[in-house]
Amino acid sequence: MATSATAHAHAGPQGFIRKYIFSLDHKVIGIQYFFLALTAVFVGMFLSLLMRIHLIAPLASLPLVGEIKPETYLSLLTMHGTIMVFFVLTTAPQGGFGNYFLPIQIGAPDMAFPVLNMLSFWTTFVGFVVIIAAFFVQGGAPLHGWTGYPPLSAVQSAGPGEGLGADLWITSIAIFCLASLMGALNFLTTTLDMRAKGMTMMRMPLTVWSWFITAILGLLAFGVLLSAGILLLMDRNLGTSFYVPQIIVNGQIMLHKGGSPLLWQHLFWFFGHPEVYIAILPGMGVTSQILSTFSRKPIFGYKAMVYAMLAIGFFGFMVWGHHMFMSGMSPYSAFAFSLLTMCIGVPSAIKTFNWLGTMYKARIRFQTPMLYAIGFVSLFVSGGLSGPFLAQPVLDIQLHDTYFVVGHFHLIMGVAAIFGMFAATYYWFPKMFGRMMNESWGRIHFFITLIGTYAIFMPMHYLGMAGGTRRYSQYTEVAYLQKLMPIHQFMTYAAIITIAAQFIFVINLFWSMFKGPKASDNPWEATTLEWITATPPPHDNFGGVTPVVHNGPYEYGVPGAARDFVMQTDPPVASSGH
Amino acid sequence: MGRLIAALKLCVTQRLARLEVYMATYTPSTPMNQLGRGGSVPVPPNGGGDDGGFSDSGLPNYAARLRRARLGMICAIVTVSMVFVSLTSAYIVRRGLPTFDDSTRTYFRDWGSVQLPWVLLFINTAILLISSLTMEGARRQIARRAALAPVRSIPGVSLGDERGFPWLGVTAVLGFGFLIGQWMAWGELKARGFLVSTNPDSSFVYLLTAAHAVHLTGGIIALLWAGTTSLLHRPVEGRRIVVDVAAWYWHFMAVLWIYVFALLAFAR
Ligand code: HEM
Ligand SMILES: [Cu+2]
Repeated sequence: MATSATAHAHAGPQGFIRKYIFSLDHKVIGIQYFFLALTAVFVGMFLSLLMRIHLIAPLASLPLVGEIKPETYLSLLTMHGTIMVFFVLTTAPQGGFGNYFLPIQIGAPDMAFPVLNMLSFWTTFVGFVVIIAAFFVQGGAPLHGWTGYPPLSAVQSAGPGEGLGADLWITSIAIFCLASLMGALNFLTTTLDMRAKGMTMMRMPLTVWSWFITAILGLLAFGVLLSAGILLLMDRNLGTSFYVPQIIVNGQIMLHKGGSPLLWQHLFWFFGHPEVYIAILPGMGVTSQILSTFSRKPIFGYKAMVYAMLAIGFFGFMVWGHHMFMSGMSPYSAFAFSLLTMCIGVPSAIKTFNWLGTMYKARIRFQTPMLYAIGFVSLFVSGGLSGPFLAQPVLDIQLHDTYFVVGHFHLIMGVAAIFGMFAATYYWFPKMFGRMMNESWGRIHFFITLIGTYAIFMPMHYLGMAGGTRRYSQYTEVAYLQKLMPIHQFMTYAAIITIAAQFIFVINLFWSMFKGPKASDNPWEATTLEWITATPPPHDNFGGVTPVVHNGPYEYGVPGAARDFVMQTDPPVASSGH
Repeated sequence: MGRLIAALKLCVTQRLARLEVYMATYTPSTPMNQLGRGGSVPVPPNGGGDDGGFSDSGLPNYAARLRRARLGMICAIVTVSMVFVSLTSAYIVRRGLPTFDDSTRTYFRDWGSVQLPWVLLFINTAILLISSLTMEGARRQIARRAALAPVRSIPGVSLGDERGFPWLGVTAVLGFGFLIGQWMAWGELKARGFLVSTNPDSSFVYLLTAAHAVHLTGGIIALLWAGTTSLLHRPVEGRRIVVDVAAWYWHFMAVLWIYVFALLAFAR
């Protein structure tokens, strides 16, 4: 059997292009996604640096961009948000790590549809090229923020950047939707259909569950954004009035009539709220995985974790209205949305307590992946706690469109998801590249980043409560905002330090890739299937054998077992009592 | 309903069982990605297999591929449905909105003035429904061929004429016919003075019909691809999978069109 299997044509393709560019191997595609996201995150980070500097020195002339005019600031903001949300937070956790590790963790040789997988990567890539192109066209990048509210986004003459730049922006997002849909389809089919013998749904690692649920959310959400984007393109280019009411722009009466900007908000947020969970769920999965592994304890409440993720996904589709409390919605709907939003707090709290329960009384190994996983929990709590405040329509009157919201979503969506990615990188790097990353530099990177991000985003809450509005280019002209400038200055300095610290990570990444100490097959003494195979895994993942699974994913500290961990493929153990 | 499903299930299992008999007569070079096929590995004592019944079903590789493709198609259908669900909600919201008239400073309702080319649309509907039937013919034909392929590969066995009725080709032609019909319907609308931007009603007529047409075009491309591979004498199994899921998609397109048509006809 083994010989016939190894002799099978599934051997890796030869030639550089087939092997590294248009590869069908989910591992190569995962790494491609990873590097695409890495590129995107540096672009996005550079834009945020420009913004932060501009905010404390509005008239300064900056490298590459010169003096930043208010409209330039808005296009930086739009591109920062869009690139980060789509090409980083949606790309790396799911497309990158999900692609690489989902098939291995369920014991499959590849994704269900490898060609589709390759297509979805290259489609994402095209989407990225298109959005970057918006910088270089006449008028520059669009001004309407990552949420793209009409009428600003729907009228070509509404400002510089709202011409071709905005068309490219929408096109890029539409392309991204197609790519994500292909990806989601592949993830779902793979998880449902390609699991190894014995890998029941309830034996899947929580990472697999998180990718699976993320794919369900993607499958249901991206189609909505796609249609919303098509309507927007029609309003912009075919003269329809889906979103644009009768309106005067720059002294000119537009031909549009009777459209509703709120229609876009509904469609966008129907996608947008699930999207924030698309960004965070994989982080939750990898955090669970790492907390259990480095605590040497089974994850506390495996089933509760699964059901909590399902509940989060389910409720995630019913709360979009909490982004629209200030849009003049009926107080009754606002109440309903508020209530449903609070409901999400319950599964979120369950997850948090289970993470803490996993670490409780454990002999924790504080290595870099673990530090980042703990950092994720910390950020998830401090970013999540501001959510229920925002979910009160009455409080939201004050807080909406202020820095409070910016603080909330950066902590929980931005940085928490990024911590999930860092955790995943430090954790899986040995498997992906065959070498270990440097531990000391990893820790230094962690502590600077943790303290730095809190220093950047915590003050934003105060700023918001004090009435500091978001998306303004200059705060120097208004008296009460002027008083808050020292806070802005503090945040900018914190941002500069934190951004500088990211180069530690990049250098560590590339240096370790070539010079790091060789990794063993299972350096963390973890139990899931990626650790039974070679490092890095062979082309068909398991070298011709199909693994058979006998145990749950988190069998640590099993009484009577020879070691303190039991691989999923080891002979079955009696229940470990979780 | 339950009984219907039970009957369907029985029908499917019988078919698969029959297939297995056929497949047993020849041994394909077994790729390793036959997950959980057992044989070489002992069944785990604490209940191997799968609670979802998805892996480890002991089906031959080709049936597993078919099942996988169908699963993917179900996902695709869910996605396309979400696109149309959101377009529908936009339709309903926009329909309920009044328009402000600047000259009289009042609100008025600007919806519901498009006169659809009914006759043409009914003809198109009929064409699409017929194409759904021919598609089913194509699906069954190729399923039969795939099942008989191993028998045919035995030297000296002939099953008579290879060619049957060209269901696939007829379906593709009918699909094209439908698209041309829709094109004519747009021409008719234009002739009656309704352009994309004339009023919200006409915008939605164009939007929904075009969105459907784009998706149907995808189906036609799949059919053409299946036809091309048949000319290239590729193994019939692969072609069968394409035709099978294309048929699911095609039926879905027919249902979707009825839905769009009903929306345009009744929710005015
Ligand atoms: C208990 C959980 C949560 C609650 C109750 C909550 C509540 C809210 C509310 C009410 C708003 C709207 C504020 C406003 O615009 O005035 C908001 C904004 C936002 N939330 Fe949350 N949230 C929660 C968790 C999350 C999570 C887990 C993420 C991401 C992973 C997230 C990401 C965002 C984003 C991106 C925005 C702002 C988008 C924008 O306006 O640009 N939230 N949240
Ligand atoms: Cu939300």
